[in-house]
Amino acid sequence: MRIRFVILAIVALLLSASRPLDAQDIKVIKFNSLEKIMNANAAEVQVINFWATWCAPCIKELPLFEALNKQNDSGIKVTLISMDFADQVGRVKEFAKRRNLTTEILLLDEIDYNAWIDKVDPSWSGAIPATLVINPVNGKRKFVEKELKEGELEAIIASVK
Amino acid sequence: MKKVNLLLLLFAVMLISGKPAKYDVGDSVADFKLKNFDGKLVSLSDYKNQKGAIVIFDCNTCPYSKAYNDRIIALNKKYASKGFPVITINANDPQMSPGDSFDAIVEQAKRKNYDFPYLVDETQAVAQAFGATNTPHVFVLQNTGSDFKVAYIGTIDNNSRDASSANKKYVEDAVEELLAGKSVSNAKTKAIGCGIKWKNS
Repeated sequence: MRIRFVILAIVALLLSASRPLDAQDIKVIKFNSLEKIMNANAAEVQVINFWATWCAPCIKELPLFEALNKQNDSGIKVTLISMDFADQVGRVKEFAKRRNLTTEILLLDEIDYNAWIDKVDPSWSGAIPATLVINPVNGKRKFVEKELKEGELEAIIASVK
Repeated sequence: MKKVNLLLLLFAVMLISGKPAKYDVGDSVADFKLKNFDGKLVSLSDYKNQKGAIVIFDCNTCPYSKAYNDRIIALNKKYASKGFPVITINANDPQMSPGDSFDAIVEQAKRKNYDFPYLVDETQAVAQAFGATNTPHVFVLQNTGSDFKVAYIGTIDNNSRDASSANKKYVEDAVEELLAGKSVSNAKTKAIGCGIKWKNS
């Protein structure tokens, strides 16, 4: 009886250790890191989505970004910028793990919004979800402050091509 | 390709039609009349004997609103007696955000002992007229004698997470300048927050 219990425990341990995807570490960044992504001297179109775990419409549109990321299109780089408070990074990590999110998530720890928000886009009122798409090759960029529906993300990317 | 074009067109139409007219700094504010948490109607014209008002579009559910709640209560404590009382307005569609139902509004106001209105903008017409987009979204109004004019639009201060770390108190600075007979030097800021939950959006 006791041995069976030990075996069970070992099996459980092994199972938990070999879970399919290790949850990604969520890096906490400052605005200069975001700026580096926005000004990336890259060939890929940068798709930057601003969201937070407490934002219901953000969570609704997240699968669109996750699906885009999973296409592994070498011409597109997707980054999710979490606007959760920095002390909630554990919550963001937990969320990413629960949803099996593979898209890179960075938590932007810049509480003095008026010091940087216009640098993302002057038209941004400050609400999320918001999405910025930049084509570093031709310099075209598109900023939208709303929840995207199926197909809209592709249309935005097409508009900067 | 045709499909993409169609989507683009649809998207452009949505963007254009989604932009309501809105007040800018210096604009006159039309009177409004909304139901308060105590069931009584409150109009902006009820405040015609005040120097102005601090109108805040707010809600029960947004983390930023929660973080700022005590600061909103403190603003009224500090400025109501000086002629700038706080008026909070909840414009969230309760279908989209059940935590902003009328019952939840009453509960919030009672639990936090609101000594200022917490109004329900059921049709969202007032939020649209103001051009409010987020919660909390502040509009400091100045009573010119003949009407109310917008003197400041934006956020409360520069640290939503921690009141004691805020070192730019935009709303307080605006009201202090108005009380001193000056114009507001920093009349516009942006408020990161939760988008107002519009009907059928």
